[in-house]
Amino acid sequence: MQIASMHFKARAHANLNDEQLQTNLKKFQGKFVPARRNALVELDDVEATREAARQIRQRALDELDTWLELFEENATASGATVLWAETPGDINRLVLEIAARHRVKKIIKSKSMVSEESALDHAIEAAGLTVVETDLGEYILQINNYEPPSHIIGPALHKSKEEVATLFSNTHKTPWKDEIQALCLEARSVLRQHYLSADMGITGGNFFVAETGSVVVVTNEGNATLTTTLPKVHVAISGIEKIVPTLEDVATLMRLLPRSATGQSISNYVDVLTGPKGAGEFHGAEHMYFILVDAGRTAVLGSEVREALRCIRCGACMNHCPVYQNVGGHSYGWVYPGPIGSILTPMYVGLENALDLPQASTFCNQCGVVCPVKIPLPDLQRKLREEEFARHLRPWHERAALRVWAWFALRPRLYGLASKISVRLLRLLARPNGMISRLPFAAGWTDERDMPAPAGRTFRELYRERASVRQS
Amino acid sequence: MSADGLADNRAARDRTLARVRSALGKKLPDAQAKANAEANVTIHRHGPRPRMPANLRERFIERARDMSSTVESIAAISDVPRAIAHYLDTLAPEIGGQPRAGVCWPEFATLDWSAAGLSIVSRPTLGNDRLGITGCFCAIAETGTIVITSGAATPTATAILPDTHVAIVRAERIVSGMEEAFALIRAEQGATPRALNLISGPSRTGDIEQTIVLGAHGPFRVHLLVVG
Ligand code: SF4
Repeated sequence: MQIASMHFKARAHANLNDEQLQTNLKKFQGKFVPARRNALVELDDVEATREAARQIRQRALDELDTWLELFEENATASGATVLWAETPGDINRLVLEIAARHRVKKIIKSKSMVSEESALDHAIEAAGLTVVETDLGEYILQINNYEPPSHIIGPALHKSKEEVATLFSNTHKTPWKDEIQALCLEARSVLRQHYLSADMGITGGNFFVAETGSVVVVTNEGNATLTTTLPKVHVAISGIEKIVPTLEDVATLMRLLPRSATGQSISNYVDVLTGPKGAGEFHGAEHMYFILVDAGRTAVLGSEVREALRCIRCGACMNHCPVYQNVGGHSYGWVYPGPIGSILTPMYVGLENALDLPQASTFCNQCGVVCPVKIPLPDLQRKLREEEFARHLRPWHERAALRVWAWFALRPRLYGLASKISVRLLRLLARPNGMISRLPFAAGWTDERDMPAPAGRTFRELYRERASVRQS
Repeated sequence: MSADGLADNRAARDRTLARVRSALGKKLPDAQAKANAEANVTIHRHGPRPRMPANLRERFIERARDMSSTVESIAAISDVPRAIAHYLDTLAPEIGGQPRAGVCWPEFATLDWSAAGLSIVSRPTLGNDRLGITGCFCAIAETGTIVITSGAATPTATAILPDTHVAIVRAERIVSGMEEAFALIRAEQGATPRALNLISGPSRTGDIEQTIVLGAHGPFRVHLLVVG
């Protein structure tokens, strides 16, 4: 996928002023958050389950080489072929080689975010083959000239039904209809023909199970189930970090994944796929391949933000993020938006190509609180901010401002005086409603937001007062 | 392997594993860690589990309904044809006449379908059958899920291609959670089958404006007959 993460500020600005998008974003905001909350209370001990999930994922990462080897052994023993992609380009090359080996002409795909990293669909089409996305959201984006996804579990949630209606009637040459049920039915009948005629199915992988050499694929639509049942070749593509040791670990993680994602107790289809079809079996793939993808994962593993690899891609961090909710997923400019994207994108495409992403956070820690595998997302963003500073990647005025601040911070008396004065000055700038809408030297900040004027006295003043009350 | 580029993937594998090891501060493959891992996966340790009621059958039915399956209890397998015929009658007004024909798994081939006015053949679905009748390996009370394991006598697409899926669930095969289902598969089947399809209700999508629509790709409706 094209990397546009350098333009976060400009895109966020444009998206904030895009009325249609803002209306669409507002529509889905209210739903995920309460749904997640209600679903989690069904677990008798949510925190213990989160901690167990964290440990499962961390244990897998701590001995990743060992689990990968075990996975490979078991997958191979079941008759599957395990292939390794070191770069995004390798993914595309391997898929095309598999396709050539089995004389594949048409490929159906269920959702794979990893394949977005390598723009696999474009590579398949460039090789003269047909590829059809079957997840409804991904299909909508595909027929809209490969519009990028805006959310990891609802890739087309930024679109209104009217926009989808127009897209469908133009693409399918059918009468315009904006009833959601009718639109889904239309997509169903178009996609059904593709399922029945494709020779290869590509899926992502929510988990690779070391114990059995299986891939676990989770959907509500059942598109991955059909994708892995009908064509003669199945290729499962996912990152090397998606390993879990056992099926019991999958059971634990599956108590959290759908609840955190959409607020469901369980996803409608959870498929555990192991090797090609057996003797006498009618349905199922005759050939099964795994593509285990590095493409930057090992670099993350060796970095200070390695905990980000625990991610199980539930989307809860973005659903709860005030920044994401306002600027939308496209602002982030690459495959993964929201808080997790603000860490993974700089790591996968280069910090210098995504300078604003670690900054796209208020550090409110909503994301860290909801993350089912307890990734300390704000801490990791802060680590990347430090790295930006250390590598001289921040603009000069920001560095200068930080120097000035540091100079004062090291001189407590002066610092106290300076903050006292600035608080009073800020109060003068406030409008009658107590909000500051324009700050000298910080227009970039106040352009999009209002800041409440400081009320009362400074923290240091209050603290001194408290200390003297205590002593008396 | 044949002579395409897939054959020289070994080097990519070795380099990837070497990078993983160097990221973890290891030099060589760690034989002890491998032995630990192999031992570890045979323990099948469970994570924290939500409490389940003693009556798993009731819990299963309640949760299956939450997931938009419809459920009916019957006394014996021989009641299946009549129950399905009746179910299709109740559907008729909703879908404008459901044909009384479909396909079933071989284990149900000998049921007296014609006496119930149904024409059901025992074969895997090819894609244009509107009714698919299957059994299931077991069912999960915690989430109202049926577990289908692939095999010569259990063609999996019969559960996911037809518009209407009827699954026969034997009450004694209702287990508490996914963990028990996996244990049962290990105990009774040994090797993991090609596919375990854990199905909870009809296919659905919320991809347009988060409005839930049933029948995205697979069945529009799932009807469960709980026997015994
Ligand atoms: S970082 Fe956590 S909350 Fe965000 S998608 Fe990953 S698992 Fe979910």
